[in-house]
Amino acid sequence: MKRMQGKKELPAGAGAGGGRHLTMSRKKSLVGLLFVTPWLAGFFVFFASPLLQAINYSLNKVTITAAGRKMTYVGIGNYQDIFLKDAYFVDRLLNFLKEIILQLPLILVFSLVIAILLNQSVKGKGIFRTLFFLPIIVVSGPVMQMLISSGSTTIPLIEQYGLYEMIEETVPRFLREPVTGLFSELLLILWYSGVPTLIFLAGLQKIDPTLYEASYMDGASSWVAFWKIVLPSIRGMILINSIYVTVFLATSELNEVIDLIRSNMLNASKGFGIASAMAWLYTICILAIIGLCYALFGRTQGGEKPKKSGGKGRKP
Amino acid sequence: MNKKFAGQYAFLRARLIGRPGHRGWLFKAMIYVLLVSIGFVYLYPVLNMFVTSLMGLADLLDAAVKWVPTAVTFDNYREALDVMRVKETLINSVVGALLPALAQTAVCALTGYGLARYQVPFKKLILGLLIVTFVVPPYVLLVPNYVMFSDYGLLGTLKTLIYPAMLGQGMKSAIFVLIFMQFFRQTPLSLDEAARVDGAGEARIFFGIAVPLAVPAFIISFLFSFVWYWNETYFTALYLNGNNIGDTTKVSTMLLELQNFDAMYKQRVQQVASWGASVMGESVANEAVKMAATVITVLPLLILYFCLQKYFVEGIDRTGITGE
Repeated sequence: MKRMQGKKELPAGAGAGGGRHLTMSRKKSLVGLLFVTPWLAGFFVFFASPLLQAINYSLNKVTITAAGRKMTYVGIGNYQDIFLKDAYFVDRLLNFLKEIILQLPLILVFSLVIAILLNQSVKGKGIFRTLFFLPIIVVSGPVMQMLISSGSTTIPLIEQYGLYEMIEETVPRFLREPVTGLFSELLLILWYSGVPTLIFLAGLQKIDPTLYEASYMDGASSWVAFWKIVLPSIRGMILINSIYVTVFLATSELNEVIDLIRSNMLNASKGFGIASAMAWLYTICILAIIGLCYALFGRTQGGEKPKKSGGKGRKP
Repeated sequence: MNKKFAGQYAFLRARLIGRPGHRGWLFKAMIYVLLVSIGFVYLYPVLNMFVTSLMGLADLLDAAVKWVPTAVTFDNYREALDVMRVKETLINSVVGALLPALAQTAVCALTGYGLARYQVPFKKLILGLLIVTFVVPPYVLLVPNYVMFSDYGLLGTLKTLIYPAMLGQGMKSAIFVLIFMQFFRQTPLSLDEAARVDGAGEARIFFGIAVPLAVPAFIISFLFSFVWYWNETYFTALYLNGNNIGDTTKVSTMLLELQNFDAMYKQRVQQVASWGASVMGESVANEAVKMAATVITVLPLLILYFCLQKYFVEGIDRTGITGE
């Protein structure tokens, strides 16, 4: 806080220091600002101002005429239209939310398991790692579409063992479709675990191995050590991963909601207004999920706080 | 009696499961089995893709042929290369991924350095905004950005991808800023001080000390940026082709070609009427050709990955991705 004020008082301070002579710390903070300037400029040009315009668009009916764009203010009319008239959007959005809520925990669990396996001291570690991070490279909209349509992503064994019948019998109806979908896309989920595995692995490697040995000496089994040592130390990583996966799923090109936004935008009868309003609704949902993740995995325990303040205190 | 059993149990336990740092063989065997089986599931689609892409028509139709084609053919690749117009689209793909990736890496390095090493005014606010740019889906900005690009006549050019990257608002830039920040924090400040005493300027310190020490971070950022830009199709399709997303006669990348492969294939077959039986009716690309096309689009990435995988796999812990 003190330094922030220091910046505001800059002209006065500079005068007192004798003309153009800046104190060392002020000069340094200005240099730092210089390093950050391109990003700040980009933030205003490509993020903040479009964001404000997007609000504006979503409240207007935008028609494109020969003379240019014409905006007519309609208030929340666009939002009303989406809920009352649009046949697809709400449906697809709900589907997407259902999917994300099912997939997110699975991806987190899978990636944690794989990270723990990769963290064991085994021979050929490098080969396994190379293999498990391969999907990060390959995952992209069109490629996944091709693989899904060719049936490469379903494991034939699952269908043979009558798993689907079992699901039909045991799972409540409203969850049935997502759950069967889940099993048929098990591979996708594994593939999406690439980056989260990477993050978990980096987190696991930071745990002091002597902790395990100490707990073993005290009679704790590996199972207990997992819950008492591993999980608490990677708590922050779980938060990062849950946010990452949410953003990843939300921006995945296989996502039907974003397809709808684009096609509406290019649709002359609906146009920019409706598309912007949809994008906003979508954003609010995503932010809500991320907020939920934060509430679940965020700093509810004191463990995270000292780390943060420690990080800050280290700086001059 | 009891004691004896306990002793045997402890002995067996030590041999089979072991303890941290020294695992027994059962434990190890289990790990290997799990790793190999999960690894197989991971690789299954890729293997399937490669194998199918080498199959001839007869093998495709024969249900008995699953993993080993009776005859390996490269015709599929020839067709796919032709349909995707790889000669033209490869350059676009490379340029469209390389330039934004380089720009993004450079700007994110500067930003991360500034935030990590200097007492930048409003630092907390800037960090907050950084997180916001990551969390807010880019689709909100779709319409305004599209309008902006069309007003400045940038639509249909790769500049639509490069300009945002040059100002640190490219794909997932926030992640890279955080990676660099974390990395630059790890280099000791005393190095800077020593250089300053020796009369080095701030720019000199950055290029002379910070950058050489941060090579792994640069490689990671570049790799990920490159891969993500290469794989991007949503914005690329919109910004490059404007209203006609299906129309790939304009600037097109390999991924866009793959996305519209069926349409492109049909078009191509109609042009070249010498491609055999399918010409008469509705011509649809068979599985093998599609898989060949997929292999072609991911091949450059695979090569890149296997060349740089050392950094990819080992550089992770050094870059301290896990920081904030």
